[in-house]
Amino acid sequence: MKLHLKIKRFNPEKDKAPWWGEYDVDVEPTDRVLDAIHYVKYYQDGTLNLRRSCAHGVCGSDAMRINGKNALACKLLVQDLGTDHITIEPLLGMRVIKDLVVDMEPFFDHYRSIMPFLVNDEPLPANGRERLQTQEQVDRISEGTKCILCAACTGSCPAFWANGKYVGPSAIVQAHRFIFDTRDRASAQRLGILNERMGVWRCRTAFNCTNVCPKDIPITRQIAEVKNAILSGVIA
Amino acid sequence: MTKFHQFDAVIVGAGGAGLMAALHASKGCNTAVISKLYPTRSHTGAAQGGIAAALNNMGDGDSWEFHMFDTVKGGDYLADQDSAEILAKDAIDAIIELEHMGLPFDRTPDGRIDQRRFGGHTANFGERLVMRSCKAADRTGHMILQTLYQQCIKQKVRFFDEFFMVDLLMNGNTCVGCVAIEIATGEVHVFHSKALMIASGGFGKIFKVTSNAVSLTGDPVAAVYRRGLPLEDMEFFQFHPTGIYKLGILLSEAARGEGSVLINGKGERFMEQYAPSVKDLAPRDLISRSIMSEIRAGRGIDGKDYVYMDFRPETINKFKSGPGGKEVTREHLEKSLPEIIEFVRVYMGIDPMEHPVPIQPTAHYAMGGIPTDNEARVLDANEKVIPGLYSAGECACVSVHGANRLGTNSLVDLVVFGRRGGKEMVEYAKKTDFTALPKNSEAQVVAELESLRNRVRKDPKDGERVSTLRTAMQDTMQLNVSVYRTAESMAKAVADLAELKARYANVKIDDSGKIFNTDLLEAFELGCMLDLAECVARTALARQESRGGHAREDFPNRDDKKWLKHSLIWRNDGASNASLVPHGKYQFGERPVRLGRFEPKERKY
Ligand SMILES: Cc1cc2nc3c(=O)[nH]c(=O)nc-3n(C[C@H](O)[C@H](O)[C@H](O)COP(=O)(O)OP(=O)(O)OC[C@H]3O[C@@H](n4cnc5c(N)ncnc54)[C@H](O)[C@@H]3O)c2cc1C
Ligand code: FES
Repeated sequence: MKLHLKIKRFNPEKDKAPWWGEYDVDVEPTDRVLDAIHYVKYYQDGTLNLRRSCAHGVCGSDAMRINGKNALACKLLVQDLGTDHITIEPLLGMRVIKDLVVDMEPFFDHYRSIMPFLVNDEPLPANGRERLQTQEQVDRISEGTKCILCAACTGSCPAFWANGKYVGPSAIVQAHRFIFDTRDRASAQRLGILNERMGVWRCRTAFNCTNVCPKDIPITRQIAEVKNAILSGVIA
Repeated sequence: MTKFHQFDAVIVGAGGAGLMAALHASKGCNTAVISKLYPTRSHTGAAQGGIAAALNNMGDGDSWEFHMFDTVKGGDYLADQDSAEILAKDAIDAIIELEHMGLPFDRTPDGRIDQRRFGGHTANFGERLVMRSCKAADRTGHMILQTLYQQCIKQKVRFFDEFFMVDLLMNGNTCVGCVAIEIATGEVHVFHSKALMIASGGFGKIFKVTSNAVSLTGDPVAAVYRRGLPLEDMEFFQFHPTGIYKLGILLSEAARGEGSVLINGKGERFMEQYAPSVKDLAPRDLISRSIMSEIRAGRGIDGKDYVYMDFRPETINKFKSGPGGKEVTREHLEKSLPEIIEFVRVYMGIDPMEHPVPIQPTAHYAMGGIPTDNEARVLDANEKVIPGLYSAGECACVSVHGANRLGTNSLVDLVVFGRRGGKEMVEYAKKTDFTALPKNSEAQVVAELESLRNRVRKDPKDGERVSTLRTAMQDTMQLNVSVYRTAESMAKAVADLAELKARYANVKIDDSGKIFNTDLLEAFELGCMLDLAECVARTALARQESRGGHAREDFPNRDDKKWLKHSLIWRNDGASNASLVPHGKYQFGERPVRLGRFEPKERKY
C-alpha cells in the first residue's frame, strides 16, 4: 500500500529551524512504522536520523510521536494506524539533537537520581544461596520491572513539558520497583527523594503516561501508590 | 580535534558480558565502558527464556557435571572441556550473585529461584530432561541487563554512551586501546588502556532473517580481524528453529519448555521422528535441520517454507508435552510467556492461544568469534596471549559452545566469563604499566572514515547504496550459508561477497555532517559485516564435515579424525589496518580441541 510520511526534520549543522519532510513509500500493511521510516532512510534520504536497535519493542530506542501519540515505531504496525498518512515527530519536552533523535541525558539523570539499584547491606544467607522471596512478592513489582526506559511516558507528560526538572513518570516507575521489593532497604530514602519539590507531587494524574506505555505498565497507579506510601509511611 | 583518555581498563560493549566485566573491573581499577548504544538498549535485553545453572532447586537431581556434559554434547564435542567445566561450575554462584544484586527471578513455592526445561538440558548424562533454566518470566535477559546496569550506577562506573568503536590500537604485539567516534558530535576519541575488552555481542545482521538487532554488526570483531588477529570457529552460526515467519523475531525455546510442539503441513508432530526421546526439546541445530527437511519434503504448511509452533493449551495437553506430562492452562502460559505471546499478537495479528504460529529457522547466534582462554584473554594464532586484549560474551570464542550452543547457555557465558575477564583485567592492570600509544594512532581509521564521508551522492542514481549492498549480502548468506550447506552454495556466497566487496569501493552516502551521522556509520558497519560474512563463508567452505550448527549435504557426517579441531582465519595481505580486508586475503589455521572427561560419541537425542 502507499503511505505518506510527514517527518519533522532538524539538522543543527544546516537548519535554523525544524521543517517537515514529506515522503511517499510503498509498504505492506503488516510492516512496522519503523520499516516505513527505514524505506525513507535507506532509499530516499540517508540524512534522516533516528535511534533503533531491536526492532521488536524490547530495547526502548525508538520512542517517538506518531500521529500525535508517543509509541515505539517498531511496535506499531502500519495497518493499525487506521490511516495512510503518518506524521512523525521527536518526543516532546526534550532537546532535539537531530531529526528524531533527542537528548536522553536529562532523562537518564532523573533515572539515576532515584537510586535505581537494590540496596541491602545485611549479611547474605549463610548457606551461600539466594535470598528468599515469594512469587507474590515478585508479582508485586513485576509490572514495573518491565520498563525499558524508552521515555515514551516522560515525553508525554504535561507536567514534564512544563518543567523538565520534574523526575517524570519513568523514574517514579523505576523507584516503585525498588520501594516495593521486599529485599530492598532504601525505600525511605527513595520516598524522601520523591517527596521533594521535583518529585511525585508534580504529577497531575493526566494519565498520558499510562496511555502510551508500550509495556502496559499502570504508571499512574504506581505513582499513586508511591504518593500513598509517602503520606502513610506504609509500604504494602 | 582528537580527544585522549586514559583508563586502566576499557570495556567495549555494555551488554551482559561488558557490564559484568565492568562491575568486577571497576572494583579494582580505573574503568570505562564504551557502547554505541545506551547500555539498556543492548541486545542482551532481548533474551527471553532463561539462564542455565544446576541449582537443583526443583529437586530433579541436577548437578554441574550434567550441565557440563550437556554443553559438551550439545556442542558436538567441539567445546573445550575445561572451559565447559568452568561454565557449569561457575554458573551456580554467578546466578546467586545476580539474585543478590536484585534480579527479580521467578520463585518456587518455598521462595527459591524457579527453573524450567530447555532444549538439550538433561539429567544423568542424557537420560531425561531436567529443569535448569532460571528465569524471570520470558524477559530474563532484560532483567539481567537492567540489574547489571543498576549495579554499575550504584558503583559509579564511568560510561561513554553512544560512542562507536572503529579501530583497535596495537603497539607491536600489545593492545594499547581503541579509537571511538562520539556519535552525537562526530568527534574522535582515543582510549589508551592497559587492558581492553571487546564485548560487542553477535553479528547476526550478516543474515537476512535473524533474531539479532539492527545494531549487531560486529564492528569491533572486524577491527580485531583487520588488525591481523585470528577469529575462531566462524563457520558455526546457530539457526534458532523458531523465528516468526519472515520477520525472524524470536519465539523462545521456553515455549517448548512449557510444552509447545512443532507441527508440519500434515498435522504431524514431526520431532517424534527426528529425536524420539527429547522430541521438541532437542538442541537447536537438530530441530532447525528437521524443519528444513520437512519443508523440503513438501511438508511445510500448505507446502510453503514454514511450519507451525503450536502452543495452544489444548494441543499441549493432547500431546501431554507439558512439564512432567502435566496439564497446562492458558493462565499458566500467559503468565510464563507474556512477551512472546504479545509478539505473536502484535506482529502476526493472531492469538497464539487460539491459533498455531507460522515459524521458520532464524539466524541467531555466533558460536565463533575472538579466541580467548578461560580468563577472557585473547589468543593469537599460536595460542599465545595478546597482552592487554580481552574478550567476553557472544563475540568471544572460549570455546564453551563448540559447534552448537544450548539454549540458556549464552547468558551464563556472559556472566561467568565477563566476571572472570573483569577480575583478570584488574590483576593485569595492577602489575603492568601503560604501553605507549603509537604516534598518530588514530590517523588510519580517521582517514578511512573521512574518505567515506566525502563520497557524497550527487543524484539518486550516483554510486552504490549501503542498503542495496547490505540486502544483497544478507540474501546470499541466508540462501547459501544456511541451515544446510554445500560446497556449491558456499562457493556462490564467497563469489557474491567478492563482488559486493568490489562494489563497496563505490559506496556513496547522503550525509556528510558530523552530528549523529548514522548514514556514515552504517556504511562503515557494512564494511565490517562484509569482512565477517566472508570469514563465515570461507571457514564454512573449508570445513568438510557436518558438526553441530554446520550441516553439509556433501559431507553429511562428523569426521573426528580430520576435523575434531577449531578453525582459525586471519587477515593475510601484509597489511594490518582499519580498512576493509581485500577479498581473499586471508589465511587458515587451526587449534586442537581440549578434550577431557567426555569422549566424543555419536550424538543422539
Ligand atoms: C532474541 C534473543 C533471545 C535470546 N534468548 C536467550 C536466552 O533465553 N538465554 C540465553 O542464554 N541466551 C539467549 N540469547 C543469546 C544472548 O542473549 C546473547 O548471546 C547475549 O545477550 C549477547 O550478550 P553480549 O553481552 O555478548 O552482547 P550484547 O548484549 O549484544 O551487547 C553488545 C554491546 O556491544 C556494543 N557495541 C557493539 N558494537 C559496538 C561498537 N562498534 N562500538 C561500541 N560499542 C559497540 C553495543 O552497544 C552493546 O552494548 C538470545 C538472543 C536473542 C537475539
Ligand atoms: S527498536 Fe528496540 S524498542 Fe523499538
